[in-house]
Amino acid sequence: MVQKIGSQYKEILNQYMQRQSEQNLYVGQNFSRQLISENTSPEDVISMHKAAMQELYEDMPETVWHSFDFLIEMMINYGLALQERQSLLQKQEELRMEMDLAANVQETLLSTTMPSLEGLDIGLLSVPLRKMNGDYIYFISDEEGRAGIAVADVIGKGLPAALCMSMVKFGMDSLNDSMSFPREVLSTINRIVEKSVDDFMFVSMFYGRYEAESGVLTYGSAGHEPAMLYRAETGEFEELTVKGLLLGVSPMATYEEKEVKLNKDDMVVIMTDGVTEGRTAEGFIDRQVINELILRKKDEPAQTIVQYVYDELVRMQNAELSDDFTLVIYKKV
Amino acid sequence: MSNQSSVEIQTEWDIVAARQLGRNVAKELGFGTVDQARITTAISELARNIYLYAGQGKIEIQRLTENGINGILIIAADNGPGIPDVRKVMEDGFSTSGGLGAGLPGVKRLMDDFKIETTLGEGTDIRATKWLR
Repeated sequence: MVQKIGSQYKEILNQYMQRQSEQNLYVGQNFSRQLISENTSPEDVISMHKAAMQELYEDMPETVWHSFDFLIEMMINYGLALQERQSLLQKQEELRMEMDLAANVQETLLSTTMPSLEGLDIGLLSVPLRKMNGDYIYFISDEEGRAGIAVADVIGKGLPAALCMSMVKFGMDSLNDSMSFPREVLSTINRIVEKSVDDFMFVSMFYGRYEAESGVLTYGSAGHEPAMLYRAETGEFEELTVKGLLLGVSPMATYEEKEVKLNKDDMVVIMTDGVTEGRTAEGFIDRQVINELILRKKDEPAQTIVQYVYDELVRMQNAELSDDFTLVIYKKV
Repeated sequence: MSNQSSVEIQTEWDIVAARQLGRNVAKELGFGTVDQARITTAISELARNIYLYAGQGKIEIQRLTENGINGILIIAADNGPGIPDVRKVMEDGFSTSGGLGAGLPGVKRLMDDFKIETTLGEGTDIRATKWLR
């Protein structure tokens, strides 16, 4: 095999020595591609070159042959660097596959069922920036038309954020009560997060408790991006501001809650900062832009609106998101 | 040709002596230019590790014959501090990213067989073999 490659190389080299044409150089380039695909190291190529030259031009001065030996010595570390690169590429591929698996596990683990409530149309979308999602939507509902929604965002991205989110999920599971009010839910999850996560990991969370019968949404927030309320009657948006510290900062934190009654065609828009902190060439995408996008589709089903906002924001940012993106719309019908 | 089969490593110049010894033996055994360069680079790397991290130690070169095949064995032994995390130094990218050269993974690649034994506070013993094919 080595001999065959050696004689091929000699032939190609000889052609070039006879005539220094571009054609012959091109043949050489193609041959080098073959050598690389066969993991031939640079020192072996030089050794092959020396052997070929010795056969073709045996009466060269000794100094020339010495120079090739020197070059071989010089190339050993380059050869090692090449091998190391190949092994690192392979490791990277293994990591990629592992991340894919982890992302699947996360998807299963954090999957939630959208409740179906009388008079409420829900649209939602959560798209991770990388493979693992640091945003999270959690639903809980009962037969009496009550439903809780938690939208959470870990400060941070990727794997650490995803691990942290699993804990929030188990916290929510342990509560398992659609009757709970935001202030109880937030302070319970706060204690769990504070206890279990290191000091650099914080979670923001919006919690909303909706009653289909009355159409009342009770909401609280732990340092989360404020939700928006769209009033169909006035055609105006207002921010649902409510006080509360990020989860995980202090075990003593308490959470305010407020309520709002939804009328026909009113909408509540819950989002993470991945929605509002997008950037275009002209600057940040502000809430005004998002409100306008929602208004354009306000008569469509909630899911259509959510998808439209996402598609438009991605388009405005040249298909580059800068954070995990989560958007939920409650529309009273 | 010297009969000496080991070199004490104390100064940087001893690295050169160890290389020379290894190259002579490799040449006598019939290794080609490229393999001589590989063996010598491995010796260089091991001797340099002794010089940098253990202060002093020894490089020993042995000729081997197994099932009619000749080979060369490099033994690098020192009574230095030992290596706290062998798995880490055997990882690709650990020494090269710090600009420390080929490192132990490089030595392993240059040779056919590689064994390392290290005890904290007692020292390190590395054995690397290359067979003549």
